[in-house]
Amino acid sequence: MQTRSPHPSTPGARSGPSRRALGRGLGLAALAAAPLGLLAVPTAAGAQTGGSVNLVAYSTPKPAYTTLGADFAKTNSGAGVTVAGSFGPSGTQATSVVDGLPADVVNFSLEPDMAKLVKAGLVSSTWDKSATKGIVTDSIVSFIVRPGNPKHITSWADLVKPGVGVITPNVFSSGSAKWNIMAAYGAELALGKTSAQAQTYLSQLLHNSVAQPSSASAALQTFLSGQGDVLLDYEDDALYAKSKGEALDIVTPPQTILIENPIAVTKTAGPSAKAFVTYLLSPAGQKVWGQQGYRPVLQSVAKQFHFPQPKTLFTIDHLGGWTAVNTKFFDPQTGIVAHVEQSLGVSTASG
Amino acid sequence: MTNLDATVADLGLGPPSRDPAPAERGPGRGRSRRYSLVAPSSALAHAGVFGKKAAGPALAVTYLSLLVLLPVAALITNAFSGGWHTFWAAVTQPEAVAALELTLIAALIVAIINSIAGLAIAFVLVRDDFKGKSVVSALIDLPFALPTIVAGLTLLALYGANSPFHLDLAGTRLGIGAALLFVTLPFCVRSVQPVLAELDAEIEDAASSLGATRRQVLRRILLPSVLPAVLAGAGLAFARAVGEFGSVVLISGNIPFKTEVASSWIFSLSQSDALPAASAVSIVLVLISLLVLLGIGWARRRFDVPDTV
Repeated sequence: MQTRSPHPSTPGARSGPSRRALGRGLGLAALAAAPLGLLAVPTAAGAQTGGSVNLVAYSTPKPAYTTLGADFAKTNSGAGVTVAGSFGPSGTQATSVVDGLPADVVNFSLEPDMAKLVKAGLVSSTWDKSATKGIVTDSIVSFIVRPGNPKHITSWADLVKPGVGVITPNVFSSGSAKWNIMAAYGAELALGKTSAQAQTYLSQLLHNSVAQPSSASAALQTFLSGQGDVLLDYEDDALYAKSKGEALDIVTPPQTILIENPIAVTKTAGPSAKAFVTYLLSPAGQKVWGQQGYRPVLQSVAKQFHFPQPKTLFTIDHLGGWTAVNTKFFDPQTGIVAHVEQSLGVSTASG
Repeated sequence: MTNLDATVADLGLGPPSRDPAPAERGPGRGRSRRYSLVAPSSALAHAGVFGKKAAGPALAVTYLSLLVLLPVAALITNAFSGGWHTFWAAVTQPEAVAALELTLIAALIVAIINSIAGLAIAFVLVRDDFKGKSVVSALIDLPFALPTIVAGLTLLALYGANSPFHLDLAGTRLGIGAALLFVTLPFCVRSVQPVLAELDAEIEDAASSLGATRRQVLRRILLPSVLPAVLAGAGLAFARAVGEFGSVVLISGNIPFKTEVASSWIFSLSQSDALPAASAVSIVLVLISLLVLLGIGWARRRFDVPDTV
């Protein structure tokens, strides 16, 4: 690897072999890609007969799945089945599956990630036609504040007051952040504001942001390190952190969005994978989700838990649905948030 | 980002050259050549021992093609998959420009500071004997071994809002600098150290006995000998700083236009399904880095030839 800067005496000798090598390299890349694509199929098909289910999920439900996997193995349909989980940022996980990561069951933070798999032909386009519309868990966007809520943060208006440090992850890299932004936007609409006023609110909110970490977990780390006064986060993640003894209080905003996390089996999934999803949506499975801080999607089970009820709870469909919202708000070049960041950035630079 | 790191580091500057100025100056010459594993091209061309000239370069180029050129080719293919217009839109977007500017300037400053600090540390490690020297020497490499995200968490705890030193660098550009200084120090020390170790102290003694002042010895003998190695270390530190992600992204706060580094913006693009844009910004980052590294390489060769002793 002793490649120094090109030596003046050998320019011709260098460019010749490199160009040839480039062609060779591209050919090799094509060769390397082919077996990767093939590999994914037998592995996924192998799960049909084997006792293993490949689960690919976003990062927050990792602890919940440890319990759920063990409980599933105790049921009749799950006897002898092990659930092998892969957890990571929702968008990255979806891309990995498209690129060949073996998956029988996929669980993402938000619907656009599932849409990537439908587009790639890996998940049936009717995945959301189930009784729960393809949703396995609900949650809401909550405020996490310092113990005792020293800055008296109880409403969205409190977040844009001067001197309040807000932490919300970067919208372009974090699914969690997209939920946060849509919660803020929808809350303003619920308060009777126009969409232009709601956009101004987003600008004020991001102006108060003291950090926009790359993921929800990085955001929690940043908040726990002492930065900021309020963190926008999934309610389930907040409950989990609190159960682990972290010093924080949870404030339920008066208006917030209902987070809906989609689940599906891939087209190549075997009976064990389907049985696992059936279990996750069963009263027994939903009860475990509830104990882990998620809002059960089965009303019969949800009643057993006493999650705080915000005054106004809206869904992404009220705001136009993910497909429309994702392009309108979160396109990194043309989206509303990109424009907001840009105008904030320009004003920071000049002022 | 790992690919970018490797690309920049490998295309630019290799490990420190073992036969810079001291080799030209007498007794050290034969020895230093024997110790160098891969002789620099100039030495290679002259050295009779490496008779089979063609086999070596061919092997090196093949290996390099597989490891470096292949990913770079894939990167370029990706970047232009949406056409020239998309490429240009991606690299001229204000947020991208701001992130690139911040990253390159921070990397340059950090490379300069650590080159000076690294030279001083290497000098102490080579010339001074003290208790626990081997431990200190081993500590230098620690930033290499530490997973960068752990480094990031540690730095956040140290220099964040709850800093035991009451030093809140979280969400500031200074915080970015602190993280980059931490991860790039080993390059600057390790590239200078062996060259200093091989420097014959007798030459300095000879100079002194011929009436040279301490200052003259430093300026005329020491510095010219180690400068190429210092520049090599600076190049490596710069390249690493440009592509660094894990250690920076937590302490920086990642605020667009203020503390968002290029690698973080590129990560965001990749997460937003904008892979062509991510590749486009990466290419600009790599290209500018390459120019800086070529500049450093040019400077190294200039200083390689001492005009006077």
